[in-house]
Amino acid sequence: MTIQMPDASARRIVVAMSGGVDSSVAAALLKEQGWDVIGLSMQLYDMREGQAVFGSCCTIDDLHDARRVAAALAIPHYIINLERRFEETVIGDFVQEYLAGRTPLPCVHCNSELKFAELMDRASALGAEAVATGHYARVARDQVTGRWRLLRGVDPGKDQSYFLFSLSQTQLARAVFPLGELRKTEVRELARLIGLRVAEKRDSQEICFVPGDDYADVVERRAPSPIPPGNIVDAGGRVLGRHHGIHHFTVGQRKGLGVSAPAPLYVIRIEAATQSVVVGPREQLERTTLHATGVNWIAGVEPSGPIRASAQIRYRHPAADAIIEPLGAGRARVQFDVPQTAITPGQAAVFYEGDEALGGGWIAT
Amino acid sequence: MTNRIYLDHNATTPPAPEVIEAMSRALGDQFGNASSIHFFGQRAKAAVDEARTEVARLIGAEPGDVVFTAGGTESDNIALRGALDAAQPSRSRLVVTSVEHEAVLNTARALARGGRPLTILPVDRNGLVSPAEFGTALGADVALVSVITANNETGVIQPVAELARMARGCGAVCHTDAVQAVGKIPVDAPALGVDLLSLAAHKFGGPKGVGALWIRRGTPLSGVITGGRQERNRRAGTENVPAIVGAGVAARLARSRLTADSTRLAALRDRLETGILDTVFGTSVNGGETPRVPNTTNISFDRVEAESLLIALDLEGIAVSTGSACSSGTLEPSHVLRAMGLPHGRVQSSIRFSLGSTTTDEEIDRTLAALPAVVRRLRTVR
Repeated sequence: MTIQMPDASARRIVVAMSGGVDSSVAAALLKEQGWDVIGLSMQLYDMREGQAVFGSCCTIDDLHDARRVAAALAIPHYIINLERRFEETVIGDFVQEYLAGRTPLPCVHCNSELKFAELMDRASALGAEAVATGHYARVARDQVTGRWRLLRGVDPGKDQSYFLFSLSQTQLARAVFPLGELRKTEVRELARLIGLRVAEKRDSQEICFVPGDDYADVVERRAPSPIPPGNIVDAGGRVLGRHHGIHHFTVGQRKGLGVSAPAPLYVIRIEAATQSVVVGPREQLERTTLHATGVNWIAGVEPSGPIRASAQIRYRHPAADAIIEPLGAGRARVQFDVPQTAITPGQAAVFYEGDEALGGGWIAT
Repeated sequence: MTNRIYLDHNATTPPAPEVIEAMSRALGDQFGNASSIHFFGQRAKAAVDEARTEVARLIGAEPGDVVFTAGGTESDNIALRGALDAAQPSRSRLVVTSVEHEAVLNTARALARGGRPLTILPVDRNGLVSPAEFGTALGADVALVSVITANNETGVIQPVAELARMARGCGAVCHTDAVQAVGKIPVDAPALGVDLLSLAAHKFGGPKGVGALWIRRGTPLSGVITGGRQERNRRAGTENVPAIVGAGVAARLARSRLTADSTRLAALRDRLETGILDTVFGTSVNGGETPRVPNTTNISFDRVEAESLLIALDLEGIAVSTGSACSSGTLEPSHVLRAMGLPHGRVQSSIRFSLGSTTTDEEIDRTLAALPAVVRRLRTVR
């Protein structure tokens, strides 16, 4: 196995530049390696004056930062308008998921349907053979099978392979992650060394199109009809209170339930059919099994039977040992060795063997 | 830089060496405030006056009727806001076409938000305003009519003289945004029959940040940029002497080259246009069936996203544009092409090529040589 670091004599590559320190350093490194680097920034929402300014990434200020970094690196830079595609795929899915009682993970869709789909098509149209991003992950080619493998970034605190589980072999073959071998501290150090103006820029934390972390507002503004209120119930179906819509809740949530009880109550599950939020004590949050749908096996083929691996059920969560049983049709059952807390429908379950991401799917139940 | 081909002269033009030289001199030697009484002021004032004469000549006007502004957009703003403000109380309506530049269209919309009635006239598929429809829109309540002389995206020339006659016949003040016409075709402001005419120096080889508004004697016009009494009290603010000097030199050069340049550019433009239509299938010209300025062609490439084509051409060293440079950064498809009734797909696949004094035969050859392969690649991927 060799880490993919293509020799880059004047081969053309597109870097997705968000204006943050990571993609800026990625662009600088590729330029340094001799690639013919083209910076593309995605405009994802309407940025005309007087419109609402969204969260913390890909805002108009970020696009200006990207442009200035590209100018400093002397690489061509363009802003491409992907508003409609973003609205249809990423934001549309986000809203649907909340309305269905799940907790969505929009960054995965943005990666597989925008950065490594639409942007990759644009890159091909420009004669570029690959698309690079500032993700902390690695792509390697298996010398025996010729297949592409997805590996965790070496910085355990920043690894972003979790968000890339849905990439196909075709996408991985043309994906370059220049930061996969680096730690965040090294990336910032490099940014300072090169003199990038974004060296000290803070990391984005929230979901880019959710201003002030107000998910409910984004969902309400786009929901096709008003979101109905519903009951807060316990596991036995006893009504404990009322709520203003299931989109205000996520599994494991404790705050904002508006129900008083002797022991702390948590959201155990959300039942969209009845608009019910089921709450209970912490121990009811623990489960040993999950079912995943839309499973992508990175190798391109499903294992022939159950495998021992580890599964990660949230971005900031250690992977836990489990048996993963492929069920066909993009489904899988994950049986953990020890119970897991707050398995949340809508989040991803990503399967790892050591540092290698084998695949993953969407938590259904 | 040297090998790059610049086919975006409607966005802006490279200043001629004479312009650069005159401006550098003005920046140093003529630093005085043109309103000052002393030697330094007089020298600056003389430079401004000389430039005013040149700009006036370019549009067949008297120097005293030319007011320098900070550019085409400011000229349009002064014209629209100033004329509406000065109009009789019984006249408050504004009539514009749907293919105006944003400088007029968005100013008109801002005035409408402020309570002024606004009529936006449709155009036909060639981008032309129909005089009959124009006549219907006129009335005793109309204060001001504004019609673009030549469109920035398609180059299409409106029948301004005819429309101006009708507008003034019903007592309205008539403005034309001639920013894309001046320097490309002969423009005679007084003969055109309008009352107000906007131009911008950087569209004909001058610097950015300077334009002019021609005002027919006696046209009621309130001050918009208020302050000192510069520019005959029409436009306050210390004169931007180097820019104005540059505008003057550019106007002189444009006037001397107008005939030769427009013949040459029309031939080059036609060769480019025919060449594209012949070698790239699925292409069509927007606004090609009606008189246009000689340097502009707007072409749709079926099944090609204009944004991607622009970038791909830039990477080949060829600079073009999608519609108006001012509107990039929004998803809004060109309001001009939409007003012409083009389907959405065709609007999104349209590229503007605009030639200029520096454009050579060889550059057209190279553009024609590069385009088919670039378009093919874009169509294969998408």
